[in-house]
Amino acid sequence: MVTTIPYQIVYSRPESFSEVSTHYCPGCTHGIAHRLIAEVLDEMGLREKTIGVAPVGCSVFAYNYFNCDFVEAAHGRAPAMATGIKRVLPDRTVFTYQGDGDLASIGMAEIMHAAARGENITVVFINNAIYGMTGGQMAPTSLPGQKTTSSPRGRDVETTGFPVRMAEILSKLDGVGYSVRRSLHDPKNIRLSKKAIRMAFEVQSRGLGFAIVELLSTCPTNWGMTPKEALHWVEDRMIPVFPLGDYKITSSVAGIRV
Amino acid sequence: MARELLKGNIAMAEASIRAGVEAYFGYPITPQTELLEWMSLRMPELGRAFLQAESEVAAINMVYGAACTGKRVMSSSSSPGVSLMMEGLSYIAGTEVPVVLIDVVRGGPGLGNIAPSQGDYNQIVHGGGHGDYHAIVLAPASVQEAIDLTVLAFDLAEKYRAICIVLADGNVGQMMEPAELPPMLPLDRPVPDWAVQGAQGRERRILSSIYLKPEDEEVTNIRLLERWQTIEANEVRFKEYYLEDAEIAVIGFGSAGRVAYSAVRAARAEGIRVGLLRPITVSPFPSARIAELASQVRAFLVAEMNTGQMLADVQLAVSGRAPVEFYGRLGGVVPFPDEILTEIQRIAYRPMTMNGDPRRSWLKRLKSQME
Ligand SMILES: Cc1ncc(C[n+]2csc(CCOP(=O)(O)OP(=O)(O)O)c2C)c(N)n1
Ligand code: SF4
Repeated sequence: MVTTIPYQIVYSRPESFSEVSTHYCPGCTHGIAHRLIAEVLDEMGLREKTIGVAPVGCSVFAYNYFNCDFVEAAHGRAPAMATGIKRVLPDRTVFTYQGDGDLASIGMAEIMHAAARGENITVVFINNAIYGMTGGQMAPTSLPGQKTTSSPRGRDVETTGFPVRMAEILSKLDGVGYSVRRSLHDPKNIRLSKKAIRMAFEVQSRGLGFAIVELLSTCPTNWGMTPKEALHWVEDRMIPVFPLGDYKITSSVAGIRV
Repeated sequence: MARELLKGNIAMAEASIRAGVEAYFGYPITPQTELLEWMSLRMPELGRAFLQAESEVAAINMVYGAACTGKRVMSSSSSPGVSLMMEGLSYIAGTEVPVVLIDVVRGGPGLGNIAPSQGDYNQIVHGGGHGDYHAIVLAPASVQEAIDLTVLAFDLAEKYRAICIVLADGNVGQMMEPAELPPMLPLDRPVPDWAVQGAQGRERRILSSIYLKPEDEEVTNIRLLERWQTIEANEVRFKEYYLEDAEIAVIGFGSAGRVAYSAVRAARAEGIRVGLLRPITVSPFPSARIAELASQVRAFLVAEMNTGQMLADVQLAVSGRAPVEFYGRLGGVVPFPDEILTEIQRIAYRPMTMNGDPRRSWLKRLKSQME
């Protein structure tokens, strides 16, 4: 007699994730952020109605990793491109995935105005305090004193200013329904990040305005650290400058349970 | 449809609507603004997308996104705004999605002024954005032509998955003339098989302008070039007037071509055998027809509202087989027919030489005329 052992799949590749390996460096948290988005698209059944907008940055090839329709924007212009898509296809789910150079430097105007218009899109913002793709130059989010290839003596706030806190800035705009900051440095925070990403897509599917999740992320390669050191650096150095928290949850969004 | 008195900018806007444009993104700039204003009124009442963007940079990237869905989309602007769109236009060209842009050119460089000019010919015809691509460029000379070419622009853009630019100048945008609008087309185009609208029941699609491997980019550049060669073979358009027996051929596009037409008629009344070729497509350029004329006429006169930008294209087509003279007005000044008539008379009654850059002698004449 054959007995079948009941089994339950507890972990598998999300359908929204393509079957390819990513080009990200070992220990880079871009891949974790990708997976969380793919899981949320699966859970919400959105894969077939989603159009993603990839940025210019290390995640320029994000479109290869998601099993949904994708376009590739110019550096910083993803929110404008997403606006164009959403305005002609309002019943589709549109999200951008952007780094800090992309979103908070060259694309500052596009993100601010998409948010101010209450553009009904979801933005996943990867803040790794550096320009990854171009080899580790200073970003608007680099920490005071942080050494980068274009601030070799450390970021001097006298001449280069201070880190830009996007989750806080965007929370001040009336068009924004949801603006939070999370971190990807440990399992607990990864779970909280996923919940926030889920919320940001729920906000879009209910038409409740612009939603952004800022994710503190690692760049071990350009920070010159091991993956483990990089995770600690996020916790010890980045979080004090970029406090985790909910910066805006409008009352209609607050009622959503995920 | 009946003819009605229409302003160029509004006529181009309404023509776009009748041609089935489903989304418009733009930013105010004189002398184009009435186009955007008309769209702000009409598009929402038809349930179509209108958005005043935060800048021309954003506007063209909104157009880019919307074009990726396979919808008919457009923007309009004037010179400084179009400069800001060049990045987006290059991405659009690299992604091979159809887009229509109307450029109502004004005086420049810099902030320049808001008067009619053709100073952006090189930017629009010979490039602008980075990389190896061509845009189809149509040059209307009247409100009616602005309407007809705007409608054509959408068809050409879609036929070739290319950028089609209507290169109007401030005159065409601002003047009022009787003209006839086309009937309203139904919005029943099928979704193109490259469009990104969500991967429902099919493989997912990606639209991008990245070809990281040089070999792949080379293949793309070749594809774009071959498509351009098809466009060159099929889409050259121009208008000819009195050229059958002409000894002198005047060449001018848009408003300058229209002013030249009056001059040519006046010269004909004097018995001068002169004709006019007015390119409708300045890109692709009617080089073959001009080359043909080079073995018929004694001399060419190029008339432009710039310092001789199309002149170089004419010279290339003529290839030294006849003298090419030049007359231009600059900075937003529109030439009078008399000025061009004087040039035609000069060429008709004095022996022509082929010495040097025709712009040197033109500049001398222009400056003495200005004194
Ligand atoms: C207009 C333009 N300027 C500059 C660049 C070069 N560039 C590519 S990626 C990048 C910075 C990306 O940094 P970030 O957005 O922080 O993303 P990360 O690579 O760190 O994920 C820059 C400056 C470009 N591609 N386009
Ligand atoms: S360079 Fe930095 S951000 Fe880019 S993949 Fe490597 S670790 Fe990640």
